[in-house]
Amino acid sequence: MPSVTQEQNLKSGILSGPDDSAELPDWFRDQQRAAWEKFESIPRPTRKDQSWRFSNVDLLDLSKFKRPAALSEEDRKTILKYSRGLEHSAARMIFANDQLVERTIVSDDLKKRGVIFQPLERAMIEHADLFRKYFMSTEAKLGSAKFAALHQALVSNGTFLFVPRGVEIEQPIEIFHWLRHDNMSIFPHLLLVTDELAKVTVIEHFRSCDRNSAGFACGVNDLIAGPGAKVTYVCAQEWSRNTVALQMNSTTADHDASAMSLNLNVGARYARFEGLSRLIGEGARSDMLAVSVATKEQEFDSRTLQDHISPHTASDLLYKNSLDDKARCTFGGLIRVEPHAHFTDAYQKVRNLLLSDDSEANSMPGLEILADNVRCTHGATSGQINEDEMFYLRSRGIPQKAAQRLIVAGFLNEVIQRLDQPAIAEHLNRLIEAKFAERS
Amino acid sequence: MKPEAKAVDIDRNVGDFHYKMDYAKDAGRGLSEKTVHFISDLKEDPDWVREFRLRGLKTFLEKPLPTHWASKDLETIDFDKIRYYLAQGGGTKRTWEEVPEDIKRTFERLGIPEQERKFLAGVEAQFDSEAVYSNIKKAVGEQGVIFVGSTEGLKEHPEIFRKWFGKVIPISDNKFSALNAAVFSGGSFIYVPPGVKVKHPLQAYFRINAESFGQFERTLIIADEGSEVTYMEGCTAPKFETATLHSAVVELVALKGAKIQYITVQNWSANVFNLVTKRGLAHEDAEIKWIDCNIGSRLTMKYPGVVLKGRKARGEVLSIALANNGQHQDTGAKMIHAADETTSNIISKSISIGTGRATYRGLVHVPKHLKNCKNNTECDALLINSTSRTDTYPAITVRGTGNAVQHEASVSQVSAEQIFYMQQRGLSEAQAMSLSVNGFVNDLVRQFPMEYSVELKRLIELEMEGSVG
Repeated sequence: MPSVTQEQNLKSGILSGPDDSAELPDWFRDQQRAAWEKFESIPRPTRKDQSWRFSNVDLLDLSKFKRPAALSEEDRKTILKYSRGLEHSAARMIFANDQLVERTIVSDDLKKRGVIFQPLERAMIEHADLFRKYFMSTEAKLGSAKFAALHQALVSNGTFLFVPRGVEIEQPIEIFHWLRHDNMSIFPHLLLVTDELAKVTVIEHFRSCDRNSAGFACGVNDLIAGPGAKVTYVCAQEWSRNTVALQMNSTTADHDASAMSLNLNVGARYARFEGLSRLIGEGARSDMLAVSVATKEQEFDSRTLQDHISPHTASDLLYKNSLDDKARCTFGGLIRVEPHAHFTDAYQKVRNLLLSDDSEANSMPGLEILADNVRCTHGATSGQINEDEMFYLRSRGIPQKAAQRLIVAGFLNEVIQRLDQPAIAEHLNRLIEAKFAERS
Repeated sequence: MKPEAKAVDIDRNVGDFHYKMDYAKDAGRGLSEKTVHFISDLKEDPDWVREFRLRGLKTFLEKPLPTHWASKDLETIDFDKIRYYLAQGGGTKRTWEEVPEDIKRTFERLGIPEQERKFLAGVEAQFDSEAVYSNIKKAVGEQGVIFVGSTEGLKEHPEIFRKWFGKVIPISDNKFSALNAAVFSGGSFIYVPPGVKVKHPLQAYFRINAESFGQFERTLIIADEGSEVTYMEGCTAPKFETATLHSAVVELVALKGAKIQYITVQNWSANVFNLVTKRGLAHEDAEIKWIDCNIGSRLTMKYPGVVLKGRKARGEVLSIALANNGQHQDTGAKMIHAADETTSNIISKSISIGTGRATYRGLVHVPKHLKNCKNNTECDALLINSTSRTDTYPAITVRGTGNAVQHEASVSQVSAEQIFYMQQRGLSEAQAMSLSVNGFVNDLVRQFPMEYSVELKRLIELEMEGSVG
């Protein structure tokens, strides 16, 4: 790393450490300082690390990224204007450069029933007990311990959502994170805690204001599904083409809980996603879904762990990638069945559709089974568009390009349909179509 | 199941005996340049081989143990306690009569001379570091087939040997291939001339007799254009308290249109670290098939591979692993596609019993601008007990649009319903379990040569004894 750049960024660069000026509780400060030390002590990943195999680690040079300054009034207005997602939502929170731009509150009824929907900086004071219990309580096991520490050291805002026992929130909760200006860094966080039998859907939109600006996003989500709760998490990742993004999500499913997540990747230069699902109670279930539309030089790197800790648990992973131009996708997934976690049902499937000669798909589906009476399968396929399907469409007068789009859309739509949420599915399909449209 | 159909004795107890030996040639314990020179002097190596060995030693010492991905059990190997070369001297004999009495006794007990008479085209028998017997049937020899030890091969046929030796597996491929390069001794050199199809299999039998010993044979098989050959290897060692190391390097070269089938039944005793590098190079239209059964050893790490270098080359790995109490079978396959229209197939089945652990590691690589390459990988694991463990770690890279790759793996156990069904028809639980396990591997075992499949099935029955109930 050139020392000159580092010196220039000494004040505002993220490599200068936690910002002591922000008003945060002392215990949180201490945690941040400890995390910073951890970040500095862990070496940068190399491709030789098994968990970074095939990954373009050279892109993780953070020396040029800065901590953002305060947003102008103009910026806030523009961001508000463009923060459009779903038609209907139960509540929204909009951040740009880690600063809260707007927050709508949940209905009085939900509020009365105990739903808490707050920015992180307030929650850590007003709901310190819940916060401290769940905030980054799971170790980042999938390779990014260094960047999880960086996140913890520098996180300044985010969302806290608590859904109490038996409360079902019908409409999705929407969260926006924007990157504004060149070379900025943000550290989005979502802490979602659901109590027994609660039900909620959250959708996060990751966007950049300028489609060409460079940026760095390093997010962590803690998703806690209490006993019998039903949690759905959707992420629409639309960062600019020059953004480097790391996202580490940890899901914990208690007994009879059902956690479903779907990540849509259309943006970023390099986006790495680490998804950890821990099934800690009998009857827990986790569905892990992802759709990536990779074009040009984009690289999507996904690492997952389906960790079956308790017996009688189920998990099902389905990742689909369409790759064009020089795009690269890497999938490294593991199903781990811990000793005594008998009667596990675990599935894992990754499918790559290669549309160009220069695209590359790496698949590393893994199994580690330490119990018996389990049913585990995984599969990985890489192939191209079926010529018969293409011929069929063309024989009906559909031009080559359009036919290809139809086939790819159909291929990806299978994953999105698994959500069983038409409004969200429609939004995600629109993003996929927009990405296709970029090409013609 | 006629008893004479036995190919290699893979009943674990049959190999568990050893005789006291006086070794005339002993390199002592530990590894240094002195050890390497000792071996080189003894073998009267040409200079290039001596240099090759020294480079191997340097690389071995430089490379770390691959414990960042492999079993930590590797750290328990004490390389300073291992004996790297042991031989009685006296060279390789062409008839069993000439083989010293005490060594001959060992192989007779293992049934090798008997099998040779019955169905093998040639046999080589290695006792610790050196081949003590090597012979091929006259008719096969007259076709120009060469079947000798590696030392003899490099001396008498340098023009073919040197061209391919160390080319398929370079010294620096991994720590253990480097170790083998430094101290290799024994193993086979086979050359099959163009168009010659060797009807019966050639066999090598590797026997470890001494305690704390390291066996490092090196095999090179070259099948010239349009030729065909099948090679089988078997191995046993007595059970010792201390760890024994077996680290072989096997290189296969199939020239245009040639076919090589390489069959291994690995039945080392449970104190052997079996760390083997095996790879084949398949030219245009050639076919290389590895049939790999791992039943013995404490830790096996072995991933037979095929580099598909020529158009329409085919590669195949059929693998069966049985991991019983205390064993770790870390096996798999590598398929490197390097030409258009190449196809590869990997089928792996593993069974974990008791505290046994079976691991599949695979690598499939299809670089860009290749057309119509296909790979199919299937790996199935069966868990017998609640303490059994199985892992699958494949890595698949595909570039470009002309290729199709599929990988599938499953883990299951024998269903209670199946067992119940068989029990109510009068089978004991153990018999029912054994039948189920045999059913699990049956479609794979059927592809093996007859002599092997019969033995394997019997062995699985043996291993299953006492695993339930």
